[in-house]
Amino acid sequence: MIANTHPQLLVHDKADNVGVVVVEGLTAGTDMLCVCTEDNSDFRLTAKADIPIGHKVALKELKEGDTVIKYGEDIGKMVGSAETGGHVHTHNLKTKRW
Amino acid sequence: MAFDFTQETVKAWRRENGRVGVRNHVLILPVDDISNAACEAVANNVKGTMAIPHAYGRLQFGEDLDLHFRTIIGTGANPNVAAVIVIGIEPEWTKIVVDGIAATGKPVEGFWIEQNGDFETIRKASWKAKEFVHWATELQKEDCPLTDLWVSTKCGESDTTTGLSSCPTVGNMYDKLLPHGLYGVFGETSEITGAEHICEKRAANPEAAAKFRKTWQAYTDDVIEAHKTNDLSDSQPTKGNILGGLTTIEEKALGNLEKIGRTSTYIDVLEPAEAPAKGRGLYFMDTSSAAAECVTLMAAAGYVIHTFPTGQGNVVGNPIVPVIKISGNPRTLRTMSEHIDVDVTGVLRRDMTIDQAGDALIEMIKRTANGRFTAAEALGHREFSMTKLYRSA
Repeated sequence: MIANTHPQLLVHDKADNVGVVVVEGLTAGTDMLCVCTEDNSDFRLTAKADIPIGHKVALKELKEGDTVIKYGEDIGKMVGSAETGGHVHTHNLKTKRW
Repeated sequence: MAFDFTQETVKAWRRENGRVGVRNHVLILPVDDISNAACEAVANNVKGTMAIPHAYGRLQFGEDLDLHFRTIIGTGANPNVAAVIVIGIEPEWTKIVVDGIAATGKPVEGFWIEQNGDFETIRKASWKAKEFVHWATELQKEDCPLTDLWVSTKCGESDTTTGLSSCPTVGNMYDKLLPHGLYGVFGETSEITGAEHICEKRAANPEAAAKFRKTWQAYTDDVIEAHKTNDLSDSQPTKGNILGGLTTIEEKALGNLEKIGRTSTYIDVLEPAEAPAKGRGLYFMDTSSAAAECVTLMAAAGYVIHTFPTGQGNVVGNPIVPVIKISGNPRTLRTMSEHIDVDVTGVLRRDMTIDQAGDALIEMIKRTANGRFTAAEALGHREFSMTKLYRSA
């Protein structure tokens, strides 16, 4: 596989509304190749912020109170908002448990 | 290349009780903290031995004492250990440890310091240790089936890449080897929180499922709820996890569970450091998620190789069990590759499949069993951390 087909974002499950940045130094405005590992399907999405490797990106607009889905499972709720392509982390996502 | 797992063998030591060991240690094992100095002196006198100093062993009682003995005896009994010198402050508890290890059939001898002093104890123990080293170094390896190995797993300094690459790599290895007779174990009770309903469903039978639910609930009620000040947000996920992109305990738990693959199911739930007793297959062990504590408990249960997925780069090792590190995080491979044995960064680039990553791990398990030092062994990581359940009397 040649380098320019390496994805910048991986998504576990078709039902997920977030994906994971898998490259270092991702900058705002990058037109990301996104791959869903469940079936190897791909799509493109523009990053709206500089997002570190390993951190999550909203695949759709997420509002306060929305449930965040990863691995096809509930991983918590939004306590702030994120635009499509925006950064999702501790500043806007929290467990529902505590 | 696909492996025919039933035909795969490794060169290893077949012990007196039939178990297969991949290392040949002569241990100098303290019963208690105040015998550490004598053990270290013996290990200094006699090359080819290793002392395992630790922090506890006095005034413990009840379940906590049972766990202490189980951990010490289990460490000495592990098939990676050829022979053991046991040193305690007094004869009675020393004898409990000696008798426990002797049940495996391996050479073991106990010494105690009261009425002898450190000097006399060290003198006598050094003579016996030297005899054990001469004996152990002549033991020959033989061909043993790969699936006679007991292989444990626990991940550490996890991030989102572990759930995408290194944890499913371990899961793929288990899915391939467990059906052929491998013993496996996973644990980290508090870290299953958020995916406990999924973990419960991965039990092979209703008894194991009920036992898991009871174990998880007890940890939640007696440890977490009893001692938490606000929530676990300051330690679970850890600061390292959060830097790596993990946000919630649910997200961490779901990544963690990738280690048991797609098809593997656990047949029983073990107490900390308890040896599996229901035959070949996968077990869940009630452990903390702290790396050194968890690996120490699994080694004490008899597991001989540990597979350790890491994202941000945990550096843990164990004195008697080789710890194989697997990482898919390209930044970790760039900045601290001296700690990583199996590079699965290709999974994130989509130029390596999980199936290929699983094969690469199996190959590294074979090489490690055949004698290759892991990164943690080469770097001298020998963390031995006893789990303590409550304060001593």
